[in-house]
Amino acid sequence: MAHLANADFKTRLQSWLPKLVLSPSLALVLVFVYGFIIFSVYLSFTDSRLLPSYGWVGWENYSKLWRLSHWETSLINMGIFAFLYIGICTVLGLGLAIFLDQKIRGEGVIRTIYLYPMALSFIVTGTAWKWFLDPGIGLENVMQTWGWESFEFDWIKNRDFAIYTVVLAAVWQTSGFVMAMFLAGLRGIDNEMLKAAQMDGASNWNLYRRIIIPQLRPAFLSAFVILSHLAIKTFDLVIALTGGGPGRATELPATFMYSYTFTRNQMGIGAASATIMLMTIAAIMIPYLYAELREKK
Amino acid sequence: MSVATQDTAIRTGRVMRTLIYLVLLLFVLFYMLPLYVMLVNSVKPLEEITGGGMMNLPQVFTLEPWFKAWSSAQIGVEPTGLSPYFWNSIKMVVPAVIISTVLGALNGYVLTKWRFRGDTILFGLMLFACFIPFQIVLIPMARVLGELGLAGSTWGLSLVHIVYGIGFTTLYFRNYYAVFPTELIRAAQIDGAGFFQIFWRILLPSSGPIAVVSIIWQFTNIWNDFLFGASFAGANNQPMTVALNNLVQASHGVKEYNVHFAGAILAALPTLLVYIVAGRYFVRGLMAGSVKG
Repeated sequence: MAHLANADFKTRLQSWLPKLVLSPSLALVLVFVYGFIIFSVYLSFTDSRLLPSYGWVGWENYSKLWRLSHWETSLINMGIFAFLYIGICTVLGLGLAIFLDQKIRGEGVIRTIYLYPMALSFIVTGTAWKWFLDPGIGLENVMQTWGWESFEFDWIKNRDFAIYTVVLAAVWQTSGFVMAMFLAGLRGIDNEMLKAAQMDGASNWNLYRRIIIPQLRPAFLSAFVILSHLAIKTFDLVIALTGGGPGRATELPATFMYSYTFTRNQMGIGAASATIMLMTIAAIMIPYLYAELREKK
Repeated sequence: MSVATQDTAIRTGRVMRTLIYLVLLLFVLFYMLPLYVMLVNSVKPLEEITGGGMMNLPQVFTLEPWFKAWSSAQIGVEPTGLSPYFWNSIKMVVPAVIISTVLGALNGYVLTKWRFRGDTILFGLMLFACFIPFQIVLIPMARVLGELGLAGSTWGLSLVHIVYGIGFTTLYFRNYYAVFPTELIRAAQIDGAGFFQIFWRILLPSSGPIAVVSIIWQFTNIWNDFLFGASFAGANNQPMTVALNNLVQASHGVKEYNVHFAGAILAALPTLLVYIVAGRYFVRGLMAGSVKG
């Protein structure tokens, strides 16, 4: 009898064990991710300034936020940055992948060189580009000492062009990774179909345009999702490269949120901006994850 | 889906091939440029840089900037160099990588071999957590770390990185275990093996490739993190990235570019080494996990 009860307990434990093992992770995620999201969204409707405070103010923080020229600047910068960053990384990644897919000698070495920036911290990337682009000691100065005295390249110090230096450094960091994604996609394409089309006299250009690139749809989608979420989260790179300047020329929503929350003591407005960032990412990620996870069932 | 072997069937002419090699070479130069700039300028005296010689090889070779960056450069208020912060990063990274990888392996095991109603939704919740902009958790996290007594401590930072790394490690192990034959598990169950026995004896011995992926990924991400380090670290346990930024952005005194470059390389070295030594396994392991689902 006792033996039976013991066995029963054991099987019941076995059936609960998997859920028990999963529960610490799940609890962490529920509290630290979803609980925190709820708390931050709640704070965006309160009069929190230096510290969280719970006086309800409705949509006031949001209406203040949308009237701030600082926020407007960071949104415009985000638009320019995201458009160029995603566009250039995709075109460059695809182009390099196609070129690298032509039985290239030393492909392994080239691939390693294209990919290594991904291993670096944005602070390192930012530091390297910051001094290379600095007109006082970097490219401009070098060109002038080499004899091209009228050479000018001061984008990083120029309000109208500084945002493009952020694009340059960010593209440098991630385009190799996008290349690897497209390369994996290209290697998955069936060669028989290409050979058949070649027999029919299709040009290389047409092969790529009509057959190969359309088959890379999943790679395009993954690249877009990854690049867009990286773009919205861009923070360290700006801090290291330009510090948001000159003036506010390279402020992005992530740097805006940080300075409003932690240095300007406008926590309510900071929380509102973080909520908007989250919603933007959710609008891209949730449909993508939903489709991905449903397929896999 | 092996990256290394199967090339395209497309054939190209000689002119086109030359052009392709030229373009590829041009981009090799582009990707190498910042590394070259950092390396050559970290071993030359400051005057050579300020005198317009940033692109030149050093005329006078010196390791002084490296020693200075490591042990005597002014970081914040103290002339400690980057070395204490390097160890801070190590102390933060090692437990965070180990714990998040172990949790990811267990989660992946449960989510593929002990499936239950609603498990995909739970996994979706964990996965979405990887992609949130961390700005949304900064304010409550600061408070909770304070209440746990972990504010400004290395353990606090490790905890933060564990929490926001679980999604990725779970994803990797889940995809990897998904293609592992379930029949083997059922057979072991019939033989009386329990939950942990099956994990320990059957799944774990073949988890090498994906463990490498998870460890490299977590190591790189956590080592390179700046936002959490800048937000939650105390003055004495800042990670390397934060210290490097303080070194480079310092507004007082002469800007010692050569020291900055040496410091940047020091901050990049661990992840760079991991990438060079184990990068191959990373790509290979990733492929093994993503063949199906």
